[in-house]
Amino acid sequence: MENEPSPLKKVCIVCSKGSLEDVYAALVLTNGAVMEGMEAYLFFTFFGLDAITKKQMNHLRTATLGNPSLRMPGGVAFPSLLGFLPGVESGVSFMMKKRMDELDIPPVDEFLEMITAGGGKIYACKLAMDMFKLQKKDLWEGISGVLTVGEFYEKSGGSSTQIIFV
Amino acid sequence: MEKIIAGKIINMTEDGYLIKSSEWTIDVARELAHEEGLLLLPEHFRVIEFLRHLHTSNQNITLRQISKSNVADIKTLYELFPGAPLKKAARIAGIPKPTSCV
Repeated sequence: MENEPSPLKKVCIVCSKGSLEDVYAALVLTNGAVMEGMEAYLFFTFFGLDAITKKQMNHLRTATLGNPSLRMPGGVAFPSLLGFLPGVESGVSFMMKKRMDELDIPPVDEFLEMITAGGGKIYACKLAMDMFKLQKKDLWEGISGVLTVGEFYEKSGGSSTQIIFV
Repeated sequence: MEKIIAGKIINMTEDGYLIKSSEWTIDVARELAHEEGLLLLPEHFRVIEFLRHLHTSNQNITLRQISKSNVADIKTLYELFPGAPLKKAARIAGIPKPTSCV
């Protein structure tokens, strides 16, 4: 006998990294869940907090050092040593953002607004904020709150819920 | 599969999208909306017409395109087509299921 399909109802996504690609992976997953009518929570911790820190959120970068998947246009491997040069990381990140814009992927602040407009919730991690000496006033205004890990788990209850770690 | 909608035989995919967007009429839209529990108002039709325009002009079908065009902002889209706005609106507009991830 086949099992009844049980659709996912809620996703809780944790983003602990602040590089462009990790933050966007978390944003796409969260927004995608909201667009499918699911409940969605996005919890930023550690370096992920950059994505909701006003000063940093629209200046995220992708690493040009220690990133073996980085390639030049045309597919040639990106020489690691180039990554040291000033401006290279900005240039590569600019290219990534340009490509994303062509695919209609919005900048971070607009993406967060899309998520919250659809009912998704954005949270910041209290411990990481204390570590990085960040205050609520440093963060994007649209966040729904600052949570402890216990509070995050309280929000993650329910039988058709998944927690995803980015 | 074929389905009778608003007195017409319509070709549909398994998940309920029109195969030929030319078979779409306003009455088809009303009946598909009724299946979704929606009564179409002029605001819905503005979104539907815009989606059909995006489809015929081969542009990306995304919520952002709709909000950028000032047809309706994102919040309004979620209010007009609750739950899954892009999929619902595309289905009612008689265009293929959106394949975009944003």
